[in-house]
Amino acid sequence: MSKRPPALFKAPTGIQGLDEITGGGLPAGRPTLICGSAGCGKTMLAMEFLVRGATQFGEPGVFMMFEENAADLTANVRSLGFDLDKLAQQKMILLDYVHIERSEIEETGEYDLEGLFIRLGHAIDSIGAKRVVLDTVEALFAGLPNHAILRAELRRLFRWLKDRGITAVITGEKGESTITRYGLEEYVADCVIILDQRISEQICTRRLRVVKYRGTAHGTNEYPFLIGERGFSVLPITSLQLDHKASVARVPTGIERLDEMLGGQGVFRGSSVLVSGSSGTGKSSIGAKFVDAACSRGEKALLFAYEESSAQIVRNMRSIGIDLEPWLKKGLLQIHASRPTLHGLEQHLVMMHDAVRSFRPAVVVADPISNLTFERREPEVKPTLMRLTDFLKQQQITTLFTSLNSGGGATLEDSQMGVSSLMDTWLLLRNVEFNGERNRTIYVLKSRGMAHSNQVREFVMSDEGVDLVDVYAGDDRVLTGTARVAQEAHERAADEVRQQDHRRKLLHLAGKRKAIEAQIAALQVEAESEAAEVNFAIAQETLLEKTALQNSKAMAHLRGGAAGSNGQAKG
Amino acid sequence: MTTQTSCPAAAAFELRLYVAGQTAKSLAAFANLKRICETHLAGQYRIEVIDLTKPPQLAATGQILAVPTLVRRLPEPGRKILGDLSNEKRVLAGLDIQPVMGG
Repeated sequence: MSKRPPALFKAPTGIQGLDEITGGGLPAGRPTLICGSAGCGKTMLAMEFLVRGATQFGEPGVFMMFEENAADLTANVRSLGFDLDKLAQQKMILLDYVHIERSEIEETGEYDLEGLFIRLGHAIDSIGAKRVVLDTVEALFAGLPNHAILRAELRRLFRWLKDRGITAVITGEKGESTITRYGLEEYVADCVIILDQRISEQICTRRLRVVKYRGTAHGTNEYPFLIGERGFSVLPITSLQLDHKASVARVPTGIERLDEMLGGQGVFRGSSVLVSGSSGTGKSSIGAKFVDAACSRGEKALLFAYEESSAQIVRNMRSIGIDLEPWLKKGLLQIHASRPTLHGLEQHLVMMHDAVRSFRPAVVVADPISNLTFERREPEVKPTLMRLTDFLKQQQITTLFTSLNSGGGATLEDSQMGVSSLMDTWLLLRNVEFNGERNRTIYVLKSRGMAHSNQVREFVMSDEGVDLVDVYAGDDRVLTGTARVAQEAHERAADEVRQQDHRRKLLHLAGKRKAIEAQIAALQVEAESEAAEVNFAIAQETLLEKTALQNSKAMAHLRGGAAGSNGQAKG
Repeated sequence: MTTQTSCPAAAAFELRLYVAGQTAKSLAAFANLKRICETHLAGQYRIEVIDLTKPPQLAATGQILAVPTLVRRLPEPGRKILGDLSNEKRVLAGLDIQPVMGG
């Protein structure tokens, strides 16, 4: 957003999120009105605007206060890490406490507020201020009875500030029917920001809205904000355009067989993974393993825990062979454990933003997000989670959310409050109760952009870690646990029997073949001997014939005459 | 511009008039103040006129917003009277002075 050239000059506030909403900051050289009810953070916002102006943008500023004195304010903002004393010494910030005590004041006749102008002008000139905060100028209405003069003078004051090119922030108390109690918005027409805090179900959520910003486009929604350890933080909808990059790099989940199910390499970097399941299905363990894997790759991981304390997680995960302590010590892992009821959902998300921004992890695990959405109305939950996932995607952070299904059975897929549509990968864990025991199964319900297994696997946790094993799927049944083991043993035995049967059959066959072969051999021998006999008989006959012929010839010869036809017949 | 109009005696009333330049209002305020003091506090007062345009830091130290502002420094507690002091009754009430009758 900051790359677009601004339509008019902006004075960046340096406040997370606010510059994004306003497209670069407050209108430079013009007054901005910040209003809200008591205690909603007007002074803090104004002060941070000034401090960041001084420290980040080299613009000195004057803080003119009408309610709090300088010492109190300095003490108050020290908790945000702002050292006003030091900035005052460096002549970057000047605090001026205007004290008005109504009881000491009497009015008679005409007057003006030139004293205030001189005072402010002197303060501005003495440090070359570019920014001015008036907090809250409405105190003057209580101090000065003649409102007609005051209004005229305030109008003159804002014009005077504008003429001097000062970027001013004026705070004002929220009115009943008007934006501010004394209608300051009449005079400050360039930019109006409303801060609001609402309490719903005993949880307070602070919100910010830019009501008006002349001459520039601005976000019009209500944005949750937080006054945290590093000051103000506004949570904008960061990606209305869904323009985050899509990485093709993969991040292993830490469970090899799970990676196998996800196209063999794990999930995409910067994608979001939802692990849902009912109580005790092993969601947290998958989360811990994911974190553990990231840390062992040398990447930073951030774990938001909403059920267990940091120490408890470390202890419990050790029981399944995941040791997170070294990573904590090395600073690769941060665990933020808090009760979800500590803040509203939005506040939590702002905190998560803050933590992610400062720690810059590669992997974020939130366990479980369903706790954050506890008893929340659905329409609130989805947009806020959308903001978070979009933010994390833009930062190319791979995220794993776990989610508890309170129900079970057929509505399992529906019970994810529409969150699942935001997720790229959805793993479903289920308890399978059968045969007197409870086992865990896991399957990939969806995984965008990758071939993934459609198989149900059994999820096994032991003191050596977590792993997946194939379930027994056959005979129209899915078996897990001991039933699976029993079935497998049973199958192995049956297999053995079958094998032996085969062997026996083969042996039998071989025997039979041998017998037949022997028979063939015998027949052949018989045939051969028969053939030999026939040949012998033929040869004998031929010999006899030959002998007879010779005999008759010899007889004829002996008889000495030509052989008569009779002689032959006699032979 | 710092003008001192004082009586030699130890002044019971120490007054300071803050103005911003020689405007009609500041001149009127000074004239009104002088008249009121002469009438009701003859010999007991001291007036210091401070022009904020000259040493501007005095506006902050004196906690002055409006001009003209008359500040009663003595007797304690301090009082502030805003305006050109045209209403004598209110000035007297503001300074907590008993009016001298027929003055």
